Amino acid sequence: MFEVAKLELLIAKRNLWVAISITLMVLFTLVLTLAGSAPTGTLGVDPIIIAATSITTLSVYFVPLLALLLSFDAISGEIERGTLALSLTYPLSRAEILFGKFLAQLVVLAVAIGLALLLTAIISLLLNRGVSMSFTPLIWLFFTSILLGASFLGLGYMVSALVRQPSVASGLAIVIWLVLVILYDIGLLGALVADNGGFFTKSIFPWLLVFNPADAFRLLNMPDIANNVLSSGLGAAKSVTNNIYSFISLLLWPAISLLLAWLVFRKVEP
Amino acid sequence: MSALIVENVNKQYGSHRVVKNISLKIEAGERVALLGHNGAGKTTLIKMMLGLVPISSGTISMLGEIVGSRKARKLSGYLPENVAFHGSLTGREQMHHFAALKSIAKKTADEILERVGLSHAIDRRIGTYSKGMRQRVGLAQALLGKPKLVLLDEPTSGLDPISRHDFYDIIEELSGGGTMVLISSHALTEMETRMDRIVIMSNGQMVANDRIENLRQHANLPIRINIMADEKSAALIAKTLSGKRINGHIVELFCNGDEKINLLKRISNMKEKISDIDIAPASLEELYRFYSAPQDEEGEQENV
Repeated sequence: MFEVAKLELLIAKRNLWVAISITLMVLFTLVLTLAGSAPTGTLGVDPIIIAATSITTLSVYFVPLLALLLSFDAISGEIERGTLALSLTYPLSRAEILFGKFLAQLVVLAVAIGLALLLTAIISLLLNRGVSMSFTPLIWLFFTSILLGASFLGLGYMVSALVRQPSVASGLAIVIWLVLVILYDIGLLGALVADNGGFFTKSIFPWLLVFNPADAFRLLNMPDIANNVLSSGLGAAKSVTNNIYSFISLLLWPAISLLLAWLVFRKVEP
Repeated sequence: MSALIVENVNKQYGSHRVVKNISLKIEAGERVALLGHNGAGKTTLIKMMLGLVPISSGTISMLGEIVGSRKARKLSGYLPENVAFHGSLTGREQMHHFAALKSIAKKTADEILERVGLSHAIDRRIGTYSKGMRQRVGLAQALLGKPKLVLLDEPTSGLDPISRHDFYDIIEELSGGGTMVLISSHALTEMETRMDRIVIMSNGQMVANDRIENLRQHANLPIRINIMADEKSAALIAKTLSGKRINGHIVELFCNGDEKINLLKRISNMKEKISDIDIAPASLEELYRFYSAPQDEEGEQENV
């Protein structure tokens, strides 16, 4: 398993696409941190909270995309190159292959997110000398981002094992991203409007929000409604749904998506 | 114990039978050529031998181990058809990875790369390799860990003539050391002299399984005799022996094995007029065409 991870890391290190993604992630957070730091003085809000909030909004879109781009090729690419057949003739189980790849790509995600957040912390410190701030939101953001990424890595592997061509897998990965990250929220919003504060809004909507890993991630990283000047519409749902459910959802998603990926991968004939 | 035992193996995809009731036994150190047209079921059979594809019915064992088990995987080496390794790794990195999976020292992996003639490109990325060089990496990994069985799917495609020669030298070394070698290929001429046994598959069935001499005898294909002479004599020779002139100087004759000696006697009667003579028994290519030809009655040639 660790041998597979080692090799995948070596490949990722030389993958131009990975380098571009990490650079983009770091650049975006840099811009957000710098832009967000301007108005804080008068508001008297911890600059880290502001940075974390804007980075959360970015990460909801970017982390799943990065995870899917890393993972869609993992199995279909090996089928196409013929190396999967070869790997499977070595004393190595399919679970080990899958988990080895997962570990390596999780490290890549952690490096991308970690670098970006580290830079945020440093810039905030430099720009706000003498202002007291807590870095807890950034650490929390780091771990939840990794969980979010892990969920989508698993989904990417599942798609990759489901179809044999990397090109088809990449298309499906984009569909998954669109549906879970963008269309899901639009659908919920539409339903909310139609329901107009009825049963759906109070009893079903919060659970549907928690069920989606991207929304669970957003809920976990948006500051509390009571002491927050920047609260968004999502705050309403948050007061209904306890944070703990969002956290459980985000913890379960990587496990479930990896399990699904393994179930599909088990049936693949190389 | 036989190195490889295949018993009544079938493979079915939906209603389509890809491999039909194949039984085959290969001993240690034996070199077997697996021939057949595209889609004859060769690759599927090899993949079943490795446990990559589930067997619909029947059994396959490697030195008594169930195929696909960890023990069987440690015993075997495999080269898939058209393998392409990740382009951003170097030959050495890719080999070290495979060596680690089989718990083999890195030094041994380097030595094998050297043995297949890749020492000059060992630290270059595989993306820059030619097809022949990639094929050598494939062969090198199949040799890791001194396997008892080596299964090679189209191993010489993309290799130049010199590399092919080196390749068969390595195969000979392997079989000399007691390793069973199974090669699937379309390159019939090079298999003719290099292999101990020929297995021919056609439409999922095994239509031949024997030494090439025995296949020749059973097929009883005509022997081709070419007689070289000057133009005037060629006309005469063609007339007396009722042969065919293929150009001004050559007369072509065909005969069965039992007529060969008589015919040669008649030819030698005209030896003053003949400049040279060339006798060729049926080539593997002709035998292959004979055995893999569609049969009128199914199973007619099954027990060759």
